[in-house]
This record gives sequence, structure tokens and C-alpha cells, in this order.
Amino acid sequence: MPWLPILIAAPVLGAVGVAALPKGSDKAAKQLALAVSLVVLALTLAMAFQFPLESGKRFAFEQTYSWIPSFGVHFGVGVDGIALVMIALSAVLVPIVILASWHDADGTGAENPPKRSVKTYFSLLLVLEAMMIGVFAATDVFLFYVFFEAMLIPMYFMIGSYGGAQRSYAAVKFLLYSLFGGLLMLVAVIALYVTAGKNTFMFPELIGAVTDPGVQKWLFLGFFIAFAIKAPLWPFHTWLPDAAAQAPAGAAVLLVGVLDKVGTYGMLRLCLELFPQAAKDFTPLVIILSVIGIVYGAIVAIGQTDMKRLIAYTSISHFGFIAMGVFAMTSNAQAGATLYMVNHGFSTGALFLIAGFLIYRRGSARIDDYGGVQKIAPVLAGAFLVSGLSGLALPGLSSFVSEFMVLIGTYQRDEVLFVTSAIIGTSGVILAAIYILWMYKRVANGPTAESVSGMKDLNVREKLVIAPLLVLIIGLGFYPKPVLDVINPAVQHTLTSVGVQDQPPVAGVGQADEKGAGN
Amino acid sequence: MNGIQPPTIEYGQLSPLLLVFGAAIVGVLIEALAPRYLRKSLQMPVTLLGLVGAFALVLTVVMQGVPTKAAAEGAIAVDGPALFIWGVILVLAVISVLLINDDNEFVASAAAVPGTPEEEDAIAAGGAHTEIYPLALFAIGGMMLFASANDLLIMFVALEVMSLPLYLLCGLARRRRLLSQEASVKYFLLGAFSSAFFLYGMALVYGFAGTVSLAGISDALGAVGGQNTLLLIGAGMLGVGLLFKIGAAPFQAWKPDVYQGAPTPITALMASGTLVAAFGAVLRVFWVALGNLDWDWRPVMWGVAILTMVAGAVLAITQTDIKRMLAYSSIAHAGFLLTGVIATGAEAQNALSLKGILFYLVAYGITTVGAFAVVTMVRDAGGEAGHLSRWAGLGKRSPALAGVFAFFLLAFAGIPLTSGFFGKYAVFAAAVAGGAVPLVIVGVVSSAVAAFFYVRVIVLMFFSEPAPDGPTIAVPSVGTAGVVAIAAAATVVLGIYPEPVLRLAEDAASTLFIR
Repeated sequence: MPWLPILIAAPVLGAVGVAALPKGSDKAAKQLALAVSLVVLALTLAMAFQFPLESGKRFAFEQTYSWIPSFGVHFGVGVDGIALVMIALSAVLVPIVILASWHDADGTGAENPPKRSVKTYFSLLLVLEAMMIGVFAATDVFLFYVFFEAMLIPMYFMIGSYGGAQRSYAAVKFLLYSLFGGLLMLVAVIALYVTAGKNTFMFPELIGAVTDPGVQKWLFLGFFIAFAIKAPLWPFHTWLPDAAAQAPAGAAVLLVGVLDKVGTYGMLRLCLELFPQAAKDFTPLVIILSVIGIVYGAIVAIGQTDMKRLIAYTSISHFGFIAMGVFAMTSNAQAGATLYMVNHGFSTGALFLIAGFLIYRRGSARIDDYGGVQKIAPVLAGAFLVSGLSGLALPGLSSFVSEFMVLIGTYQRDEVLFVTSAIIGTSGVILAAIYILWMYKRVANGPTAESVSGMKDLNVREKLVIAPLLVLIIGLGFYPKPVLDVINPAVQHTLTSVGVQDQPPVAGVGQADEKGAGN
Repeated sequence: MNGIQPPTIEYGQLSPLLLVFGAAIVGVLIEALAPRYLRKSLQMPVTLLGLVGAFALVLTVVMQGVPTKAAAEGAIAVDGPALFIWGVILVLAVISVLLINDDNEFVASAAAVPGTPEEEDAIAAGGAHTEIYPLALFAIGGMMLFASANDLLIMFVALEVMSLPLYLLCGLARRRRLLSQEASVKYFLLGAFSSAFFLYGMALVYGFAGTVSLAGISDALGAVGGQNTLLLIGAGMLGVGLLFKIGAAPFQAWKPDVYQGAPTPITALMASGTLVAAFGAVLRVFWVALGNLDWDWRPVMWGVAILTMVAGAVLAITQTDIKRMLAYSSIAHAGFLLTGVIATGAEAQNALSLKGILFYLVAYGITTVGAFAVVTMVRDAGGEAGHLSRWAGLGKRSPALAGVFAFFLLAFAGIPLTSGFFGKYAVFAAAVAGGAVPLVIVGVVSSAVAAFFYVRVIVLMFFSEPAPDGPTIAVPSVGTAGVVAIAAAATVVLGIYPEPVLRLAEDAASTLFIR
């Protein structure tokens, strides 16, 4: 069964269906979009259960069709463990986001947003889902690039048409930053094709095709800058707080939870494997940028007065961890980084959605406008606390496992740079406690602010949105093994392609499990 | 038996050209003989039949096998690239003529002074210049000849046949007539100036080579190795004349004024057809005649290409008129295309570059006609709503039209899954393969800058509130709606499955230019 083409086609067809609904059928549009996304989720899970853990083959469910033979481009899809968990992340988040965004385009809510086209919003969401799945499934570098760039457009319209007051500024900034990075990557993609001289863009055949160290460096930079902007890594991050703060909450979840991961995913998949020598040469630089990002993002987050901006800055800090894990090039660090991509998607997703619920009720994103929410809306505040605690990597919650693996994996390199980085990086965990708990304190504790006194607690729909995320956060916190089992062989493949001798396996899956479960 | 040998003319190969010119002459006869009320209903079918028939004849020539020798005693080269360009020009011409068919765009009586009773009388009497059809046909025939001329003299004749009707057509806008007439005069003066450059360059090159045939010039180059003052000055002047026509910087100044002033359907024809034809001529002169002089012209062309890309992209940012913005965008695109012209090398490399350029021309030409067709539909009391501020909130009032226009803009910006992306990719890939990596980096950076102003229009249309007295969307005539639909369909199809057209371009390019 051609799982991946179906997974890409289904949301596109759904989007067309939603867009083709007659005017005024807003409710039907939402229901159809939700149904389509649930079908995609079911298909993804069905595929995931058939994923061969021990096949020895690089990619599973491979499908390759010739697309543009004149350019050597194939419609090539296939997944390894890393891609699989990222696709699963997207497929899980989309129905949650659709359910959470139920009223985003209605023009209701305390912020008094104008009424917008509901159909368009949900069909954009579905188009975006297709592209997210496509970008992770692509085994052809050109196809990857096509999805990488094309997915900007639906997100651009979601921010620009449905976002907050500064939406058009934020949308344009987002688009131009990403486009600029993407165009540099385009040059590198072309140059990769020309230098490799294999008349194909298929990723497996391009591994090891560029041998000249000088060329590798330039191509690495072309790809890396695009991914660093996308991820975003310090100092390429300035677009993210604007975009995330202005995007509607649902779009912000997909933006930070999935789209940005394409950056770190690209580093892991393309930068490392295609240009191993250059990746090693640039490792110190990337590690230093990551550590700066970890600390900088955390400190700036502490100073934020806007909830969504705060969450965006925490993400910059977390992306620092992920990039550090990717470039530490040990199996622990890379498996941790991959797991972090998933966990971060869930915990930040939950944070954004709860912030969205708060903003929908109160009409303001400013932290000062809240206070004592816990007494009035205990369920909302409780969910906020749990997802916040996951964001600060509390043991027992999912982010802890991945953050710990990244730090230990980096420390294992046993070189001054890595050890120092790991130690400095650890401070990010402490700073995280400050920004999360302080925000929670100001929002939920203390005397109930006048303005929130009439606030309603979560309704059934909102509980349905948050419950799966909390289950995943806690579940993966105690028992990450199934995900790690999928990720580990893929990470081993990556490390083999890069030609790195792994550190002695003092910490494997087992140890990480123990740590996670023991606390 | 030493009588005068009659020249051999390959009528079969030249038939598309002859048919277009023939239709133009029939059009002139209709103007002279048919009563006024019948003219339009006669002109339109004649024009369309001429163009469609010519396209069919192009196909026939291709079926019979692409000629390997220049026709008409070496004066006209009907080779693969020429046939491809003919086909493209004819397709673009047909859809532009559908736009031209809109009476509302053209002046009732060009001789009446704007704002006088004569003008009002002419409008009241329902006057119309049906001469626009034969004029357009002459221009189209000129474009075809321009792209296939195999000696400089024919090329010059084609240049004039193409340009003179366009100068006239530019001055025939129904509204904002002073602007239109100003555009016409500017275009004429600057165009005449550039023709003079071309002519003088031709004379100097003739002085050097003793021949005006492109192949002959190429042969003569071998003798001196490119170190000849006459040759260098002549080649430079030829370059000025040609670069003027494609609107490359620093010869781009006419484009915004002319594009803005001309009736929009004519702008569409110029922006697509003229550009295609001019690139055909540029390629012929620089690759065929001056191919061995590439060490001399390449550095200059690098400069021109960089300047053109940067100037087009940067100056477009400050524009407030939609047509001027599209004009600057066209300048930037000419710069992107020039990167392909520069990327010459071995034969395979040339074929690669040529293929990229040909595909780019198709993709860009069709999208451009579509974009200008949309411009004709957004109107307010004074005619087309040119000022960008008038476009605010268009997405709310007319989502379908604004959506299509946004899609065209994304294609200009080269976003994947649009035709523009593959065009840009094809040219840039050829340029990288030809070693022009720095040029491509400048290209992508200016693409990013260019994306800014395309996106700005999208922001205006979709993310801004509509102006209370905003423009109305004219109910499009069948022709205009058809043009928009064809252009949108082509932009989608070429953006998702470009292979068939790429294959055609590759076949056309594989033979390169015959000498």
C-alpha cells in the first residue's frame, strides 16, 4: 500500500473538499476538516504499526515515481524512524489544532477579531498538513525543497489573515526570512546536483557524493543557514516571536511545533549526512550558537509580558537544545534531540493552546491582565501548570527525558567544548523554571483579577483538545521506549553515514528510561 | 547559361511568418475597403485565424522535421529554438489579442485632443480604431522575424517592423490619454535612439567582417581573435540596441513609463511577446555571431545582469502603481534570464542554458499576460485602478480574482508549485552548471527582495480592510475571463508537471542555433 502518497494526498483532497463547500456552511467545513484530519491520523497510526523496527533497510514504505526527468527529480517518499515520529507528531497535532481553532475564524472571542472565511482557514490547515507530511517523507532533496518552500504560503495566509493586530507585519517578516533562507538553500540544492553529477536528487544516492571539503563547506552553509532561520537558531530567530505572537493559537502550535522542526530535522538529515566533513568542521560554531540560544532565549523569555511571545522565546531556548543534540553527534544526544522535537511539539503545543484559551476569554495576551485564574478555572489552570512543567523539563514529564539525553550525550563527547556547553546548557533548565513558574504565578495564583472574574473553565471541546496532549506528555515522560525504539536505529544510520564512532554506550535507551521512570 | 539565379525561398518553412504578415495586410485592406460598422467583426476573426493558422503551420514545420539549414539564402534561420519561440509568441499573441478585443481600453479617436468636444463626439459616435488589429499583427510578425533573423540586416528590419506598430499602439489608451501619449513618444524616441545604436553597431561590424550574416561574422572573428577596435565598438553598440529591447539596466528607463501609459492589453503583448522575441535575438547575436568573442562580452554581461536584477528588484519596492511595479518586475526577470545567456560553454552546456531560457520565457510570458488581464478588470471611475492603495481589501470583495492575482504574483516570486519556480530553477541550474555561481547568488538575493513587493500586494489585497469607495471589478468579457483562466491553468500545470514543456524546450534547444 502506498502509505505516504496517500497520507499526502488525503489532506489535499480534504482541503479541496472544504474549499468547495457552498458559502455559509461554516460548521460543515469544520466538521469535514476534523474528519479528514482524523482519517489522516488513523492512516498514520496504521502505517506506524507496520513500521519495521529491525529491517536494516534505511527507509520503509519507499515509493519513487519519476516526476521531472529533465531535472532528475523524483517524487520519492519513504520514512525512517526520525521521519516517522515527525509525521506522527504532525498527524496528532493537526486534529487537535482543528478542534482548538473551532472559533478562531468565527469572529467571536473577547479580542473582537473580525469575522473571516472559515472554509479558507480550515482548508489552509489541511494543505499545510499535506506539506508537513510531505516534507518529512521526502527522500528526494528537490521534493524536500519544494515542500519546504511551499509550506510557507499556507502559514503566511494563516498568520496574515487570521492573526492578531500586527498580523500583516508578522506574516511578511515570517515569509521573507524563510524565503531568503530557502533561496540560499536553492543555490545549494542546484550546486549539490551539479557537483554530485549523478543526475538525480534522490537522497540515498547523494550521500557521500560531494567529497571536496571546500565545496562541502559552502553547500553545508547554504543548507544550514536556511535551517537555522527555520529552526530558528540564535541569531536568526527574530522573526519567530513576532510570528508566533501574532498567529492564531492553532497556527502558532503548528508553526513552532512542526514547521520549525523542519529546520532541525533538515540539519540532522541533510546537513549531517550529505556534508559530514563540513558538519564536523562547523560543529564548534553550531554548538556555540546553540548554547547562546539556550541561555539567551531563556533570559529573554523571563522578561516577556506577552504570553505567546514568552512561549516563543522558550522555544528558541529549546531549539538550542535540539541543535546541540544534533551536532553533538553521539547516539544519545541525537536520539534525545529527535525525541525532543516530538516532546517539544506536544508540550509547547499545549502551552500555546492554553494561552489561546486564556486569550479567547480575556481578550489580551498580556500576563499582567490575568491573576488568580486558578480559583475560577481550576481545570484550565491545572492543564496550564502541567504543560508548563513539561516545558521546564520536570522529571516525569516528557521533555525531561529528551533534555537529559541531549545533555548527557553532549557531555559524553568528553571534550572541553562539549563539556562546557553541556554545563552551560544545564543553566537553561534552571532559567526555564523561572520563566514558566513566574508566568504561572502571575496568571493563575494570587488574588483573582477583576477582569478575569467571569472567566469560564474549559468546556468539553477544550478538554478534548488538551486531554490527549497531557496524556502524551505524561505518557512519554514515564515510558518513552516505544518512540526511542523507533528513533534509535535511524540515529545509528545517521551516525554511520556521518562516519562518527559513537562513544561507548554507557547510556542507552535503558538508562534514559530509568531516569525518566525513576523520578 | 549564366543567367541570374533566382534566390531559393523555402516557402514551407517561412509559412507561419508569411501567414501572419498576410493576415496583417488583409487587415489593412479591410480598413481601407470595409464599411466602418463591419470592420471589427471582420478584423477579429482574420487576426485570430491568422495567428492560429500560423501556429498550426509551426506545428507542421516541426512535424516535417526541423530544418538544419538557414532559409531564404541564409537570411532567416528556422531552427529548433526559432520554431519554439514562434510557437510561444503565437500563443502569447492569441491570448493578448483576446484582451485587445476589449473596446473599453482603446481610444475612440486618437487624433482628437484629450478633453475637447471632438473627443466627446468621437466617443458618442462610438468610434473605434480597428487598425489596432493589423498593427498588432505586424508587431507580432516582427517579433517572430526578430527572433529568427540570421543576419543583422534582417534583424534590423524585424526590429523596426516589431517596434513601429507598438509605438503607435502605446498611444491609444482610452483613459489617461496624456499619459498614454507621453508613453508613446518616450518609447518612440528612446526606441529610435536604440535602433540607431543597433544600426551603427551593425555598420561597424560590417566594416570589420565584410558581411552582416551572423555566421559570417562568427567566421571572421576567428581571424583576429577579438582584438579589433571596430569589432568591439560595433559589438557593444549592437548590445546596447538589443539590451534596450529586453529592458536590461542601464537601458531600462523606458519600461515603467511605457508599461504604465500603454493600454493594458498592449502592455501585456509587449511584456510577454517582445521580451520573448528580444531574447531570441540577443541569444542569436551573442551566441551565434559573437560566440567566439565571449571572453570580451561576458564580463560586461555579468555587470549588466547584476545591475538589471538588483535595479529591477530594488526600484520596484518604491512603486505605487501596479503597472509600474509589474514593469520593474519584468526588468528583474530580464536580469534572471540574462544569467542564462551568460552561462555558455561546451555544446551540452549551451543546450542546457537555452532550454532553461526557453522554458522561463514560456512560464513568464503566460503568467504576465494573465496578470495584466487581471489589471484590466479592476476599475474605478477613471478607468483602471492603477494605484496600489486602490487594491486594498480586494481579497474581501472579490476573493476569486484576488486569489488568482496572488497566485500570479507568487509565480513571479518563484514559489514552488508555480511555473515561475521551475523557470527560475531551470535558468539558475544552467547558470550554476556554467560556473556563474556568484551571479546566481545575486539572483536569489534579488528574488528575495523582489518577493517583498509581490508579497506587499498580497498583503494589501488580503490583509487590509477594503477602501469604502474601492474600485469595482468589471464583469469580464468572455475573452478576458478566458485569458485569466488560461494563464492560471498554465501557471498551475507548469508548476506541478512541467515535464512536457521542458521536454519540448529540450528538443528545441538540443539542435542549438543553426548558422
